[in-house]
Amino acid sequence: MAKKRYIQAINDALFEEMERDPKVILFGEDVELAIMGDTRGLLAKFGRDRIRNTPICEATLTGMAVGAAAAGYRVILHLMFSNFIYTGFDAIANQMGKLRLMTGGQLKLPITVLCGYGGGRSTAAQHSDTPYPVLMNVGGIHVLTPSNAADAKGLLKQAIRGDNPSFFMEASGRGGEMAEVPDGDHLVPFGSAAILREGKDATVVAIGHMVKFALEAADQLAKQGVAVELVDPRTLVPLDEAAIIRSVQKTGHLVVVDEARDRCSAASQIAAVIADKAFGALKGPIKRVTVPNVAMPYAAIAERRLLPNPTSIAEAVTTALAA
Amino acid sequence: MTTRRNNSGPTDGQLLGMYERMLLIRRIEERLRDDSATGKLPGAVHLYIGQEACGVGVCAHLEETDWVTSTHRGHGHFLAKGGEPKAMMAEIWAKRTGVCKGMGGSMHVADLSKGILGANGIVGGGLAIAAGAAFAAKLDGNGRIAVCFFGDGASNQGVFMETMNVATLWRLPLIFMCENNQFSEFTPSKEVTAGEIADRARAFMPATVVDGNDVIAVWRAAADAVDRARSGEGPTFIEAKTYRIRGHIEAEPMMLGGGKYRDDVEIQEWTKKCPIARLRAHLLETRTAPAAALDDIEASIHGIVTDAAAYAEAGEPADPELGFDLMFAGARA
Repeated sequence: MAKKRYIQAINDALFEEMERDPKVILFGEDVELAIMGDTRGLLAKFGRDRIRNTPICEATLTGMAVGAAAAGYRVILHLMFSNFIYTGFDAIANQMGKLRLMTGGQLKLPITVLCGYGGGRSTAAQHSDTPYPVLMNVGGIHVLTPSNAADAKGLLKQAIRGDNPSFFMEASGRGGEMAEVPDGDHLVPFGSAAILREGKDATVVAIGHMVKFALEAADQLAKQGVAVELVDPRTLVPLDEAAIIRSVQKTGHLVVVDEARDRCSAASQIAAVIADKAFGALKGPIKRVTVPNVAMPYAAIAERRLLPNPTSIAEAVTTALAA
Repeated sequence: MTTRRNNSGPTDGQLLGMYERMLLIRRIEERLRDDSATGKLPGAVHLYIGQEACGVGVCAHLEETDWVTSTHRGHGHFLAKGGEPKAMMAEIWAKRTGVCKGMGGSMHVADLSKGILGANGIVGGGLAIAAGAAFAAKLDGNGRIAVCFFGDGASNQGVFMETMNVATLWRLPLIFMCENNQFSEFTPSKEVTAGEIADRARAFMPATVVDGNDVIAVWRAAADAVDRARSGEGPTFIEAKTYRIRGHIEAEPMMLGGGKYRDDVEIQEWTKKCPIARLRAHLLETRTAPAAALDDIEASIHGIVTDAAAYAEAGEPADPELGFDLMFAGARA
């Protein structure tokens, strides 16, 4: 075990997988200079055939990822900010997520898309979205939401080795956070939630960015004698439904914390799954702590009004228990 | 564009091969037209009738390992690139014997083993995929090339400019084959297209405009483009001026509700410019082949089409459970 920054864990995963398999290539905007930090040093090590800057043309980059993957490469596409998923969305939704089915299973598309998501840094409405709900609805793509350095490394390595398109949602602004990362060839399987804290009173499912706030909320609640069980799904597609159901069966209460906007959020999906499959275990209403259906404003004070925080999470748990 | 080495025109054998392939496409599509009209096909078909010289003149230069991407009007490219008529027909009939097991249908016929990355229901959807495949080919350095077939409609999509930019910058072994059939779905393209399409390409790469109903002209232009791509000189653009004889879609008359977007006289004029009749006349005039030999080709194609339709009709329906296994490799959706 060694302590690593989140961004360093991503960088390590890229190095290790590119070294392991010469068919792994990486392209995107400003990846050579590593403006986002995660691709630092790759160019010097692997050269421009395997890592290269592209023009700013997401609609083409996502399609090229499909073509290069169909032709035998393991493609890592860096989309920088997750809002740029929208500009590249045709090839994501119409090609990447469907081509395997449309061809009757003739091909595999080993594509990993990296992008930073989330608000809280005054990057305004077009650089702070949390768009994984739309990805979850496309079908045919995995959605990964690592909340710490160890999971970032393990999920990314798993994605690059996998045979399906995977979106690796980097928690923007969390790159500097340190965590223990297992030594050696650390892989995290998809669809395997982590129970970050055990507790008997309420289940809190927190996604990506929100795990840190949920841990703080759990600390606050512990002081009030409320024992929270914190579940980090780690991947949204596939979703470890069984782990969440098990936890709710134990606690009887569910709060889901998600940085996506409320309407049709990942939290909505998780709430629906539990209402459908574990209704009998619920002793009260499911609560969702999400971003209101408002675009992220620039002003920090206005951003804070929208983003979940430890206090709003703790309040939601209290409300759920009181109902 | 300068005339290049080794481009003295197709040999007699190549001409006959192209005649046969064009005729196969035509007869298969006539059968699809008829089967669509009688309600035998479950989904839409977009027919390539009149444009056969475009796909065949280009694919005559390609190896099985070369890549092509195609359009919603993709049967001709599939067959020109060597796709199996039976497997395609069964696909359009939505049978599990289809090349995509009935999961793709007419708009998505694909055969990766033949380098056919697929027809595509999104106008312009194949451009970037072809560029990606060309990038892979360049990295592999094995001489493979990629051809993107698209239409005048797709030339108004932003990805057209984007892929030309990347392909030129990275000297990708890619051919942009624009079949200008003059219609963007139900709208004459001249009403929605500023300037000449080839002029857009000239900003990036050598671009040539050919008569898309003259398979020899297409073949010559493609020879130059393939030569450039294989020798590492980068992409080439070809605009083949042709005409879509059938409607955008076979159910068109019903969809138009009596409305019109083109004259019948125009359709008749272009029908007279049939690329297959034109090649047949050329073969007879130049005594490349006697009429009897061409009639034999017709007879053998009739047999292929009849067999393909029978194979399609007899196939088992698609497996409704299969989709669950196809969304992810190695996992059930």
